[in-house]
Amino acid sequence: MSNRIVIKGGRIIDPTHKMDQMGDILIEDGKISAIESLIVIKGDVIEINAHGMIVTPGLIDLHTHLREPGFEYKETVETGVAAAIAGGFTTICCMPNTNPVNDNASVTELILERARKIGKTKILPVGAITRGLKGEELSEIGELVSAGCAAISDDGMPVMNSLIMRRALEYAKIFDIPVIDHCEDLNLTDGGVMFEGAVSTALGLKGIPAASESVMVARDIALASLTGGRVHLAHISTAASVHLIREAKVRGVLVTAETCPHYFTLTDEAVNGYNTNAKMKPPLPSVLDLLEVRAGLADGTIDAIATDHAPHAPWEKEQEMDRAPFGIIGLETAIPLSLRLVSSGVLSLPALIQKLTQGPAQILRKGIGQIRSGDCADITIIDPELEWTVKGESFKSKSKNSPFIGWKMKGKAVTVIVAGKVIENE
Amino acid sequence: MKKIILDPPEIARIITRISHEILEKNRGFKGIALVGIQTGGVFLANRIHQKIQEIDSVSVPLGELDITLYRDDLGLKKVGTPTADVPTIKTTSIPFDLTGLSVVLVDDVLFTGRTIRAAMDGLIDFGRPKQIQLAVLIDRGHRELPIRADFVGKNLPTAHNEKVEVRWKESGDDDYVCVINNEEGNP
Amino acid sequence: MRLSKKDLLAISELQKEEIELILSTAVTFKEVLGRDIKKVPTLRGKTVVNLFFEPSTRTRTSFELAAKRLSADCINISSSSSSLTKGESLLDTAKNIEAMQADIIILRHSSSGTPALLARHLKSSIINAGDGTHEHPSQGLLDLFTIQEKKGTIAGLRVVIVGDILHSRVARSDIYGLKKMGAEVEIVGPPAMIPQSSDQWKVTTRYDLDKAVVGADVIILLRLQLERQGKGFFPTLREYARLYGLNASRLAKANSGVLVMHPGPINRGVEISSDVADGLSSVILDQVTNGVAVRMAILYLLSGQSHE
Repeated sequence: MSNRIVIKGGRIIDPTHKMDQMGDILIEDGKISAIESLIVIKGDVIEINAHGMIVTPGLIDLHTHLREPGFEYKETVETGVAAAIAGGFTTICCMPNTNPVNDNASVTELILERARKIGKTKILPVGAITRGLKGEELSEIGELVSAGCAAISDDGMPVMNSLIMRRALEYAKIFDIPVIDHCEDLNLTDGGVMFEGAVSTALGLKGIPAASESVMVARDIALASLTGGRVHLAHISTAASVHLIREAKVRGVLVTAETCPHYFTLTDEAVNGYNTNAKMKPPLPSVLDLLEVRAGLADGTIDAIATDHAPHAPWEKEQEMDRAPFGIIGLETAIPLSLRLVSSGVLSLPALIQKLTQGPAQILRKGIGQIRSGDCADITIIDPELEWTVKGESFKSKSKNSPFIGWKMKGKAVTVIVAGKVIENE
Repeated sequence: MKKIILDPPEIARIITRISHEILEKNRGFKGIALVGIQTGGVFLANRIHQKIQEIDSVSVPLGELDITLYRDDLGLKKVGTPTADVPTIKTTSIPFDLTGLSVVLVDDVLFTGRTIRAAMDGLIDFGRPKQIQLAVLIDRGHRELPIRADFVGKNLPTAHNEKVEVRWKESGDDDYVCVINNEEGNP
Repeated sequence: MRLSKKDLLAISELQKEEIELILSTAVTFKEVLGRDIKKVPTLRGKTVVNLFFEPSTRTRTSFELAAKRLSADCINISSSSSSLTKGESLLDTAKNIEAMQADIIILRHSSSGTPALLARHLKSSIINAGDGTHEHPSQGLLDLFTIQEKKGTIAGLRVVIVGDILHSRVARSDIYGLKKMGAEVEIVGPPAMIPQSSDQWKVTTRYDLDKAVVGADVIILLRLQLERQGKGFFPTLREYARLYGLNASRLAKANSGVLVMHPGPINRGVEISSDVADGLSSVILDQVTNGVAVRMAILYLLSGQSHE
């Protein structure tokens, strides 16, 4: 098997280097060795025809749940990684709400070891801010970073205690890692299961007010400003939050934000009929919020698109709305949903790619998400015209909890190269 | 193909005769009541009631009974099959105590006898009549149960696939009885 | 004539013609309830299961009577005795019941959307006897029946619904049914108990009961759950009764012939004064009688007999 690959004739988009041009890429020994408008090469080389395709740095997902250790019936590192490859992601960050929680080095090492054995997508674990995600004591963050964590978060849970959040932001400065917050005021949520609005009233379901998110966004911005620490706000969904973040950035606060494809695609109407596959936190909001999320992506207020891939077993979702767990999968539908932002004129294609490459890389302060000679070769090749229908059986993920089943999509990752090797799913 | 069997004057004569027969068999009007079966029997029961009034200047108790809820051919749907049409339930009104009375059930056509069986079940839920008698305008044969009429307007042998249609002035038509041969595709 | 779905989950999903069919069928069943022998053999051999996860004597008894008067076999399962407490999921419990050849399952549950969940997965017909704060369609239908019986019509009437609209599934079913039948609807209650998006229902909202009762043809009072006090929706029961309780002097401001209705059980002295509850305008007990007739009609129509 040759260790030389040449990708020919694709549209190469690398926002970090402001590159958007037709060209070829040569990969040798796992590294990018040349990027030219035309590369003619002889000898032992794998040729990938990328005509009509988009060639980008390997996509990075800042926010997934791999469920291992502890919840392997929903997903394992292996199936999660297969889903990531199918979705075109070469690097994924996995959240610590496993069992046991990833609040110590041994869990971090277990995850990284699994990833190494599988040898497909790279994994950057996110360690817990507080021990056991209880929100009371900081975990040994230094140990987590040494073991390989790229960020800390209590995701799944917010950090309700503002003093703890302050301390986390201050302490994280030592390691220059972002503190990722799941913005939700649990007291305002008060047992709600969907967005508080006309649909929740009609369905008779307890609603979560938009303020539940924006109250915590405001708090985190204030604390980031106070401490000079770096806060990254996960899965932003409401207009109020976007306004707060926009204004904070103008003031120079070190805040970054991500949103998920479902927040720029669906609204609370998707819950009609008691669709538990439209139940997640934060909940799908109103159309006004959706429009502001799109505007936030367009003007750079929102820096990244992440999936918040959250698998749950079919029998768990086949329960009454109040009991079904929160979360939907998203790795395998992210690309076509994101491409709709381009076709509807919200973002240019390079700007979209930036949200999935340079944006996440900058948040993690790592030199990934770019195509640069000498760098490790992580490449995603996307066919933007490929039409396909989302089928539950075709998901590589172990779980099928997606509201997009049955949707006709356009755009798919057709080739994924990690560290210079083409990765195939069986 | 439609063949008229009875026209208005013939029907009127039959009603007169049946009304006399009812009074004869029951030795007068005392203790009898008329209950018409929805819908054709109701018109006939009304006519008989009127005729008895003409004959003996008396209004015997008159009621109407819908047998939909008592039918044996309801064929209620099985779990998992789609919901089907339901027959509309018409009025049931028996505004008198029929215990101890000779109740004459009235229907326009006697065929398999199942309607009458259902009517008797319904009637007995209202009380315990001394007797139940049956008056019909047409007996067309093909009984499937051991039921017989006490008072018959006309015996009309028919083929099973023929349809006997009775029309009444009260429902906007004229009085007549006709036989329709289904083989020619008439509804 | 038939109902278009195998289940009765919500009035919001019924067409006006379906509501009219249920009401006219209920008229004939009310006649059956007036007989000495209050039974017809129509649903003989059919199995009706009451699956109640919330305590309820009156609705459950009403459905049980309706089934028995139609000669069906009726089983009652309540949550304390069900295997749900042993960790069995709702869907598994229901599938077990269906496997025992239940034709109709009547479900009451504290979670909105549970009848819809069962209807999706089971072949049996599902009747919603109240799910969370979503709907209580048979109550809404018997309220419509009562109004139509007493007033001869529903269209054009002014109906005022008073109380904890936010938490009331009866209010929602009433609103949907009344609007479909052409009534004018007003909702009245303390602000915290009126849902934020109530304007989607196209009803008038008021916080002042004295103003609202003027010109009312029907007043429907909702039960105030006494557990709601102390949660900040209103200061005290006394204050609630003073502002939102229907008493004789308020009633006098309504149109003559006004109907006073309540889904029960009533809290005397809170949402309704004793004299009004027992007074001439009250049709509360008629609602109970009509409830059995309406439920018989629902069971009959869902059994979907084949063509004559």
